[in-house]
Amino acid sequence: MAFFDQLGILAVTPGMVVMWVVALTLIYLAIGREYEPLLLLPIGFGVLVANLPLTGLMTPGEGLIWRFYHYGVEWEVIPPLIFLGLGAHTDFGPLLSQPRLIFLGAAAQGGVYATFFAAQAFGFTLQESATIGIIGGADGPTTIFLAAQLAPHLLGACAVAAYSYMALVPIIQPPIMRLLTTEQERKIRMKKARKVTAREKLWFPVTATIVILLLVPASAPLMAMFMLGNLFRESKVVERLTDTVQNALMNITTIFLGVAVGATMSADAFLRGDVIFIFGLGLAAFCVSTACGLLLAKLMNLFTNDKINPLVGAAGVSAVPMAARVAHKVGAEADKKNYLLMFAMGPNVSGVIGTVVAAGIFLTMLG
Amino acid sequence: MAEDVLAPLAGKVLSVAVGVGDVVEEDDELLVLEAMKMETVVYAPADGIVGTITVQVGQQVEEDDPLMTLE
Repeated sequence: MAFFDQLGILAVTPGMVVMWVVALTLIYLAIGREYEPLLLLPIGFGVLVANLPLTGLMTPGEGLIWRFYHYGVEWEVIPPLIFLGLGAHTDFGPLLSQPRLIFLGAAAQGGVYATFFAAQAFGFTLQESATIGIIGGADGPTTIFLAAQLAPHLLGACAVAAYSYMALVPIIQPPIMRLLTTEQERKIRMKKARKVTAREKLWFPVTATIVILLLVPASAPLMAMFMLGNLFRESKVVERLTDTVQNALMNITTIFLGVAVGATMSADAFLRGDVIFIFGLGLAAFCVSTACGLLLAKLMNLFTNDKINPLVGAAGVSAVPMAARVAHKVGAEADKKNYLLMFAMGPNVSGVIGTVVAAGIFLTMLG
Repeated sequence: MAEDVLAPLAGKVLSVAVGVGDVVEEDDELLVLEAMKMETVVYAPADGIVGTITVQVGQQVEEDDPLMTLE
């Protein structure tokens, strides 16, 4: 009888049941532990519904969630719109007041490149390795943006890995920070840098757009939107638009992104040997990036009298502002009157630029 | 001789732990600022008696804004 043919319950496979557990775990982490709930909750739910058979939600050409995925993610619309919102949230003041901190954001991309090579040693293709490597950039939309173009079959796993590790930054980074720095270094008080004028903060997005797009045009969808959002914010004359992109637009795109990404994780796509490696390599990428940021700061200290507290180097891992908060907290453990937060925001926001540039380079060479 | 306690970073005043006339020692907690969704405690830079408190709970401050004076 037609009705019984359509009964989903008869079409359930063991793989699907495993994915239900994965989905419920993600939802628990989001609600119970508040790990990146804005993403992990819709992702978890997307995983759940994508693994309930015969719903047609992910049927190419027709499914509701397939449409979110196709028009939002495959067409690379949603990640740039999220960046539009992120740019409007970003204050480049701390970076502009100490421009040398931009090198720390660049150094913290070291994990991306190291993992790119390591993944190839594990048998992943160049495109897959780039996608796994970019997890080390701690940037969800960039990871999704790159995966959709280079390795769509890994998108779900890489996105979940990226967001999970971003939520775990307060657990992953401190041991590395303590291992690679001395107590003395952690106590370094940084000299207050110059005040940045509103005009400088206004020129920055325009200049950065021109320079970066001329050098790495493939990064344009993300970078142009990021800088436009920042320009909205710093111009101070489009408060309605700034408010929309900071709030309503970010919320709307996050909803569609989360559900669509989660729904790509069907049992066949996720339950493969690769996925363990992706999670392992992704974690390694994070760790190496943290280490590179710390080590470059220590290196820079050899050449300057105006010492940099190496902990802010770890904030080059662009989980904004989580990594900056962690740098501040670890610094405060060594000296409670050391207020590293705003210094750490410099590398933190430059890390965002660094990750997008890294993605642009991968796209140019491998796309 | 009065010493200004300045805001070490920009943020919102969440709570003030002292009142005018309180005796404080260096490193005592003076007030809590919220920035980047994180609470940061501002500690006394020296021993003293709280003179004037120039901010109130809920107020947004910029880096280096005066928070209170210590005599």
